[in-house]
Amino acid sequence: MFKIVSKRKLTDNIFLMDIKAERVAKSVKPGQFVIVKNTEHGERIPLTVADYDALNGTVTIVFQTVGKSTMELALYEENDYICDFVGPLGQSSEFVYESKEELDNKKFIFIAGGVGAAPVYPQVKWLNEKGISVDVIIGGRNKELVILEEEMRKVAGNLYVCTDDGSYGFNGRVTDCLKDLVENKGKKYNHAVAIGPMIMMKFTAALTKELNIPTTVSLNPIMVDGTGMCGACRVTVGDEVKFACVDGPEFDGHLVNYDEAMRRQSMYKTEEGRAKLKFEEGNTHKHGGCGCGGDK
Amino acid sequence: MAKGRVLVREQDPSQRAKNFKEVCLGYNEAEAVEEAQRCLNCKNPRCVTGCPVSIDIPGFISEIKEGNFKNAAEVISKYSSLPAVCGRVCPQESQCEGKCVVGIKSEPVSIGKLERFTADWSRKNNIDLSKTEPKNNIKVAVIGSGPAGLTCAGDLAKKGYSVTIFEALHKAGGVLEYGIPEFRLPKEEVVKYEIDNIKNLGVKIETNIVIGRTVTIDQLLDEEGFEAVFIGSGAGLPKFMGIPGENANGVFSANEFLTRVNLMKAYDEDYDTPVIIGKKVAVIGGGNVAMDAARTALRLGAESHIVYRRSTNELPARIEEVHHAKEEGVIFDTLTNPVEIIVDENGCVKGMKCVKMELGEPDESGRRSPVKILGSEFVMDVDTVIMSLGTSPNPLISSTTKGLDINKRKCIVINEDTGKTSRDAVYAGGDAVTGAATVILAMGAGKKAAMSIDEFLKEKHSK
Repeated sequence: MFKIVSKRKLTDNIFLMDIKAERVAKSVKPGQFVIVKNTEHGERIPLTVADYDALNGTVTIVFQTVGKSTMELALYEENDYICDFVGPLGQSSEFVYESKEELDNKKFIFIAGGVGAAPVYPQVKWLNEKGISVDVIIGGRNKELVILEEEMRKVAGNLYVCTDDGSYGFNGRVTDCLKDLVENKGKKYNHAVAIGPMIMMKFTAALTKELNIPTTVSLNPIMVDGTGMCGACRVTVGDEVKFACVDGPEFDGHLVNYDEAMRRQSMYKTEEGRAKLKFEEGNTHKHGGCGCGGDK
Repeated sequence: MAKGRVLVREQDPSQRAKNFKEVCLGYNEAEAVEEAQRCLNCKNPRCVTGCPVSIDIPGFISEIKEGNFKNAAEVISKYSSLPAVCGRVCPQESQCEGKCVVGIKSEPVSIGKLERFTADWSRKNNIDLSKTEPKNNIKVAVIGSGPAGLTCAGDLAKKGYSVTIFEALHKAGGVLEYGIPEFRLPKEEVVKYEIDNIKNLGVKIETNIVIGRTVTIDQLLDEEGFEAVFIGSGAGLPKFMGIPGENANGVFSANEFLTRVNLMKAYDEDYDTPVIIGKKVAVIGGGNVAMDAARTALRLGAESHIVYRRSTNELPARIEEVHHAKEEGVIFDTLTNPVEIIVDENGCVKGMKCVKMELGEPDESGRRSPVKILGSEFVMDVDTVIMSLGTSPNPLISSTTKGLDINKRKCIVINEDTGKTSRDAVYAGGDAVTGAATVILAMGAGKKAAMSIDEFLKEKHSK
């Protein structure tokens, strides 16, 4: 059992939790993920690591309520326990293995879409602690959906915030913002890291290809075990089939087959929808339903 | 001629094809005693030489003959910590029963069913088999809670060691939990019970620990005070064919399909993990795992096919599994090999292009190798394809442990006699060493390594 040390609501449907998991907190590096399972009957949910504190033995997760399991997790409060928490899984970001000299010669741009700001944060923080200053773009559909702005500002060199509807910061998508920085503001980057919804990574990678900036993306496909056992997370990268859980989750953004990845992500849409509906209705009807006895 | 074996009761095929309850119902006391009478109690029992963990087979069967079932359980427990599992899933026909003298003129003694009876009787009568030698407080780490790890841990605990098993998944059991289906190996009743017995010997099991990620073998040895490590991490990585269309929605590895159903209990509405099963399922492969996947698909309501490139005679699965699958209605398309998965406009499987095969010359495995018949291409109408082509060891541990040698198949290299790896104080066994094999071979390897670890640590502490 793993204790929820603290919980914070970032938006209406995005939550942050610090989980007590000492072994994981000690070994995790930027780029890796964990798997969370709420209850004995729950499913295994892969979640990106948003921060970690080896001293206090906590790992921070950020999740958006998209289906039954994440909605259920959002109902957990501080001092509650979740059944299972395992990690760190996957490879850490490549830059973790690069020398200070190599890193000093790189000019990074991190591009976070929506909840993608969560996995970007520990990467930027890690680089900042090594004395590497990087630029960061955080984008959201609107102002409410921009998360972790304050935290990011403390560790980023320059932070650019943008919203699709122009309600906050730069008016436009993350790709518009990046284009503006490179074409109008004279910024030069030689490595991009883009993390967010698959469609956002697809378009960002298309742009960085045009701009000739090598790009890393982090994929979040369907997984079961997360340790290489099931192969549900297979993705095509260049000519090769890779398992995102053990070979990734980060890959060369210019080689990923995004259309296939998006299609595979939607495989359980019907089942997910049904489970979500049942969960939501279960909540509305928790006092015994409408009384018609129709479901008995 | 001696009389034939006492038939074991089974669930009717038409009924069991629709449920997940156990197929084989086992012997009752009278049936077990009757079957035990068939044993000749040979002076030089050949059956024992066929058993990878060398159970004193005539010894426990003699106790059954006399109705001393508790004594029978105690005899087996000296050799095996998982008798209810082995009685169900061992390939006895090619091991103990294959060597049984009675089998020369008649059917061999049903050793497997008698072992199963003894273990089940012991469970139902709460026989305490948790005797161990005095604790010596020497810490040993076991990686993986499958058959190899459980056996090694159990044997070392019996000798007084403080053993901790580290398991990557949320539940202990390894392939016994995620791989072998409920209808062959009941989880609560059998697997959990036998694991609890091993815990009763004092073995600690830490779940949710991925060795190589959460903590490394070097850390276990250098920082956490473990004096020896046994790696029984299995062969978990599924193989695919590499044919076009294989990433379509509706193509699964047998590992994924079985894990969803067995470990995550997707067939049970009370569990959250879903499984998609179409109307027509093709399982590619002919091993025991393929049979498990095909029979599981059938129980979830699909028309279920085994597609195998050689003929029925070459099926690597146990005869009993093939027989059960056929009885239940699994369709066998042998001498057939897929060449492409046909995908619809939404990226879902809508068919599978196959070729017919014929058998040519024997290959290095001694089996006649299948050769494509030119112009025999045809399309099989299926909407789900399950790849059951075998598995290979996960490189996670070998790549994060200094000085641990592996071969070109990514299997850990050991000294065959001792189970010792290239790294001091580190031993290995089971599928992590051999590649995908059987439960009992893994148990045999776990047992051998436990003996070597005991010798190594006794020697170390006598200095």
